Amino acid sequence: MDGSKGFEDVRSEEQRIRNFNINFGPQHPAAHGVLRLVLELDGEIVERADPHIGLLHRGTEKLMESRTYLQNLPYFDRLDYVAPMNQEHAWCLAIEKLCGVEVPRRAQLIRVLYSEIGRILNHLLNVTTQAMDVGALTPPLWGFEEREKLMVFYERACGARLHAAYFRPGGVHQDLPPDLIDDIDQWNEEFTRALDDIDGLLTENRIFKQRNVDIAVVSEQEALDWGFSGVMVRGSGLPWDLRRAQPYECYDEFDFQIPVGKNGDCYDRYLVRMQEMRESQKIIAQACEKLRNEPGDVLARGKLAPPRRAEMKTSMEALIHHFKLYTEGFRVPEGEVYAAVEAPKGEFGVYLVSDGSNRPYRAKIRAPGYAHLQAMDQLAKGHQLADVAAIIGSLDVVFGEIDR
Amino acid sequence: MVLTHDRSEELRELGALIEAKRPDCVLKWRVAHGELTVDVAPASLRGFTEFLQSDPACRFTTLIDITAVDWPEREKRFDVVYHYLSMRQNQRIRVKCAIREDEILPSITALHPGAGWFEREVYDMFGILFGGNADLRRILTDYGFQGHPLRKDFPTTGYVEMRYDETEKRVVYEPVKLKQAYRQFDFMSPWEGAKYILPGDEKGGDAGGEAKGEGK
Repeated sequence: MDGSKGFEDVRSEEQRIRNFNINFGPQHPAAHGVLRLVLELDGEIVERADPHIGLLHRGTEKLMESRTYLQNLPYFDRLDYVAPMNQEHAWCLAIEKLCGVEVPRRAQLIRVLYSEIGRILNHLLNVTTQAMDVGALTPPLWGFEEREKLMVFYERACGARLHAAYFRPGGVHQDLPPDLIDDIDQWNEEFTRALDDIDGLLTENRIFKQRNVDIAVVSEQEALDWGFSGVMVRGSGLPWDLRRAQPYECYDEFDFQIPVGKNGDCYDRYLVRMQEMRESQKIIAQACEKLRNEPGDVLARGKLAPPRRAEMKTSMEALIHHFKLYTEGFRVPEGEVYAAVEAPKGEFGVYLVSDGSNRPYRAKIRAPGYAHLQAMDQLAKGHQLADVAAIIGSLDVVFGEIDR
Repeated sequence: MVLTHDRSEELRELGALIEAKRPDCVLKWRVAHGELTVDVAPASLRGFTEFLQSDPACRFTTLIDITAVDWPEREKRFDVVYHYLSMRQNQRIRVKCAIREDEILPSITALHPGAGWFEREVYDMFGILFGGNADLRRILTDYGFQGHPLRKDFPTTGYVEMRYDETEKRVVYEPVKLKQAYRQFDFMSPWEGAKYILPGDEKGGDAGGEAKGEGK
């Protein structure tokens, strides 16, 4: 396969050895999506990794330029489809920042609650499928059961399990029914056991540790050079979390810790993710408690949000407003903003340029996975071929957001 | 969104400090929506980036994003926009650089290795060249793709479509055939200045036009 015509019995000079190129993907289960990775191998050692992305490119940014702000919202569910609401959040924040709209308190709490549910959704998927990449089959089965329960909470809030379109500019689409809050709270208590179970399966598992400890070590400097964010910097010991450093919504009044790793290897990133789920649980418990005690409106009723249904039955203006909002949409003042959230994968940001019309002039989506995957060559170099799967899993890539 | 901590004052100080230290680079700076934006000339981009990265008051060591905005009617058609984050100072900065279509921008991959893919994406989407980027291939579009999709003069539908041909047993590319024209809805109400003449209005002449003013 190295180009020669088979073995030749007599070979006087030293055998010429050429590096071996393989295509990893685009349809490989461990690629976590459509990633074509061209690997140059010296035996089993990776010499060079060249990720070819864009196989899932849908031109989201181009499409967004010809749609209204509200019509663009569902595109964000389709970016990182593992934790849809966290993406919507960034879009809403960008619009609200440009319009100067303040989100009602209850809507902020609901956003925090569902952002943390999204974080658990994401980490459950990532931790368990990464374990599957290195040979464990049970964790994903257990993890997905919990994910299923969480997606029911998504469904009960907005009617859709995945493509929620629940966070709206100015708040959230609808209020949560009281029994849903109770159910989330109850699930949250029970989830500790499920998490302990997964913990017991993996954390001290000999095979799991052999496959992850000291693999793809990211130093602090590397994390800065390559523009990493989220777990990728926290795993390397930098205590950086936008929820704490640049708090948005009402994250500053919640009590939670920011776990950091020590060695920056795949195993530390796994530990950080596990601990982050426990911290998210704390936030969920606090948010549920607050939501029970603080009733109120969930949308900043103004130009950005539809009028109340009851109002529409009696007020002509409300009816016109409703019609105009869902056809023409709302205008956003001229200007440019960058709004970022601490999505489960790292810093997810939206750079929005508005020309004062009802459509964004330009919207750039900054996906954390894009920067992480870029460092693949740096991270995989010198590792075994089998480690590539572990590294991709640990980078936490989802091609919806990378290819956009 | 109301920022929990309004840090515009800090940003104004930072902007003034940067301008004082590098007056040769900074064309203009402003703070809007709690964000600092600095305009620089393409020639001083690399030096300015290095300054931002190494100056102890800045330490913008994390490159968040590189993108561009197309303004076809301007002579300097593209705004290339850099976002940086300083984890040490907990600050963000936006650096903007206006360039003409035929200009080549210096690459910052030597300073931020993570800039590579972002520059590739800007090249792919806008056709802006980065001098010094050793790997300026297309990244998001198809192999052998023609054109730069995020330019405003590139149609949303594109020019070619692809399908698997059963007779030829391979993927074939063909010019786009649309069953229905790609619709761009015009939401502008006639009272707010639609550019087209509404059906029936053309007969009205001046009499109707007066009431509407610039309405046509």
